[in-house]
Amino acid sequence: MSHGNYTYKPTNAFTKWLDTRLPIIRLMDESMMQFPTPKNLNYWFAFGAILTFMLVVQIISGVVLAMHYVPHETLAFNSVERIMRDVNYGWLLRYMHSNGASMFFIAVYIHIFRGYYYGSYKAPREVLWLLGIVIYLLLMATGFLGYTLPWGQMSFWGATVITNFFSAIPVVGPSITEWLWGSFAVDNATLQRFFSLHYLLPFVIAGVVVLHIWALHVPGNNNPLGIDVKGPADTVAFHPYYTTKDLFALVVFTMIFSYFIFFNPNAMGHTDNYIPANRLVTPPHIVPEWYYLPFYAILRSVPDKLIGVILMFSAIFVWALLPWLDTSRVRSAKFRPIFRQLFYILLVVVWLLGMLGQQTPDGNFDFYGAELPISKLFLSQFLTLYYFVHFLVLIPVVGLMETPLPVPESIAKAVLAKTGGSTKPAAAVRSPETRV
Amino acid sequence: MRMRALLAILLSIGFAGVAQAEAENAAKHPEQQSWNWDGVFGTFDRQQLQRGYQVYKDVCASCHGMNLVSFRNLGQPGGPEFSEAQVKAIAAGFKLPALDDNGEPIERTATPADRFPSPFPNEIAARAANNNAYPPDLSVIIKARHAGPDYIYALLIGYSDAPKDFNLLPGLNYNPYFEGRQIAMPAPLTSDGQVTWPEGNPAATKERMARDVVAFMTWAAEPKMEERKHLGVQVMIFLAALSVLLFFAYRRVWRDVEH
Repeated sequence: MSHGNYTYKPTNAFTKWLDTRLPIIRLMDESMMQFPTPKNLNYWFAFGAILTFMLVVQIISGVVLAMHYVPHETLAFNSVERIMRDVNYGWLLRYMHSNGASMFFIAVYIHIFRGYYYGSYKAPREVLWLLGIVIYLLLMATGFLGYTLPWGQMSFWGATVITNFFSAIPVVGPSITEWLWGSFAVDNATLQRFFSLHYLLPFVIAGVVVLHIWALHVPGNNNPLGIDVKGPADTVAFHPYYTTKDLFALVVFTMIFSYFIFFNPNAMGHTDNYIPANRLVTPPHIVPEWYYLPFYAILRSVPDKLIGVILMFSAIFVWALLPWLDTSRVRSAKFRPIFRQLFYILLVVVWLLGMLGQQTPDGNFDFYGAELPISKLFLSQFLTLYYFVHFLVLIPVVGLMETPLPVPESIAKAVLAKTGGSTKPAAAVRSPETRV
Repeated sequence: MRMRALLAILLSIGFAGVAQAEAENAAKHPEQQSWNWDGVFGTFDRQQLQRGYQVYKDVCASCHGMNLVSFRNLGQPGGPEFSEAQVKAIAAGFKLPALDDNGEPIERTATPADRFPSPFPNEIAARAANNNAYPPDLSVIIKARHAGPDYIYALLIGYSDAPKDFNLLPGLNYNPYFEGRQIAMPAPLTSDGQVTWPEGNPAATKERMARDVVAFMTWAAEPKMEERKHLGVQVMIFLAALSVLLFFAYRRVWRDVEH
């Protein structure tokens, strides 16, 4: 942030020596301690910190699990069970890792929709947004690869269905699929390479996360008002203000995470994955993990495989175009009444698509036990159509037509207007936690 | 698009008809039971697990394996907690194939370190003995079925005579809780008192035996459940206290900032 007046001064001989050679302490101090952050961030903005924590949890638990796991088609299932039964706290590591994946996706979806609501993709944060999309794609790949490793029925058949997407590519599709499998079907060669890649990708994610944070630190945080920071009165130092706030949010999130680990560890998994993989028995209903379900529904909404696959990938790719599709110059949905409605409609549409992805493709839509008089096929086609119309038509048009509400001049003024101006100083002039 | 939508609606009506026909053979949903191990503080009843083991051994084990469970597990905390001597005696009741010093195949007595032996040497033998049906391994069966304990319990005591118009295939048995309503496994619990429990245990009714063997299978699928919940309660108390402290720390740090 250009208006950050950083005040790092090396204090002893070693830090002075290091600062002229590798100013890493200065970098840490400026980007994690002093970094000026808008003072009006709400709890939706804590998910960046939560995601960083989840990545660390997944990498550490995963590295230890890999010490006990055996990536072989005849041994994988039992090696996971051995971890659950005979490895000290193996059940904890395994449930932490499997539920951690789901919690990671819950956090990432909140983080993405928060960015969408507050217009965090708009100039000058387009690159930040694109890096986020790259991380999301890598997460999807990593989650899928990890789900195959226990080599249960859903692992095996999920891997079969998803790798078969590539066979839809004209001419070279089948060759690409065999190249991915390392064989003529999903088998041991596939499992071993999936394990290798599952171990590799999190470190790639960590690398892109560094770029993501770097790209965040150039323009600085967006905020719920979606307006630029005008000066020091609008910001507080990241530490101790956001370290304490994010830590509190993180611990609350960890309690939800812990509920699943300790009291309901299989709630977010599929029972069929406790049946060892069997290539001769196809499960009656193959479903991917919950976090892919809306895209799975889009895939199945068209009878043609190639078009379905193209639509599915487009449904993700369209998010990357958002910075250029959204024609409104106002960032935050707070000041965009029509956009705000569209945002909530999109949430409902994505949720319904997720429900459709969970159900068998034929018959009528089952809405929480009530059978609605509408076929799943028609509903998924309608919702898929709406999904794309939302991004490709409504968002560009609404940006031009909509009259936004008046946007406050600055964060500090908006805060004062909200609190009615009290005796507290507008900016953090002194904090008791800092030794003067 | 309109034609397409119309087609979709017509198709869906057609499918609905098919679904209706299938629904008659669809599995009945198992009734929800109340179990000892339900909830955050739920634990296993040791006596129930011991009785359940006996039902498993005397009834289920003649066809079903449990290859992830070792005899030593029967004595571990959080399980049936048989005494060390009991575990040794249980293991000693089984013979396993082994090799002698000359490499000749012999049979040896099982030890607590051994897994439960499987009733059949391989799948082909199992199918040959069971009218081409393969009795699944029961180690994690509770986690491998929706509403596992409720389902297995309902299945075990749910056998009945097929309705008159039901087309029961030869060699199969009618059970409304099984997908398709016909199952290769004949009713395993046929009469009260089928299993003899030691003095001081409740009467071995069919329902009692079914409940107890479900308890045993639930433990076998998740032998660390008690340890898990116990640690979970501690973790939750710690995190709750930490979150309160952090909340006040956050409020204190921010007290001079309008936001």
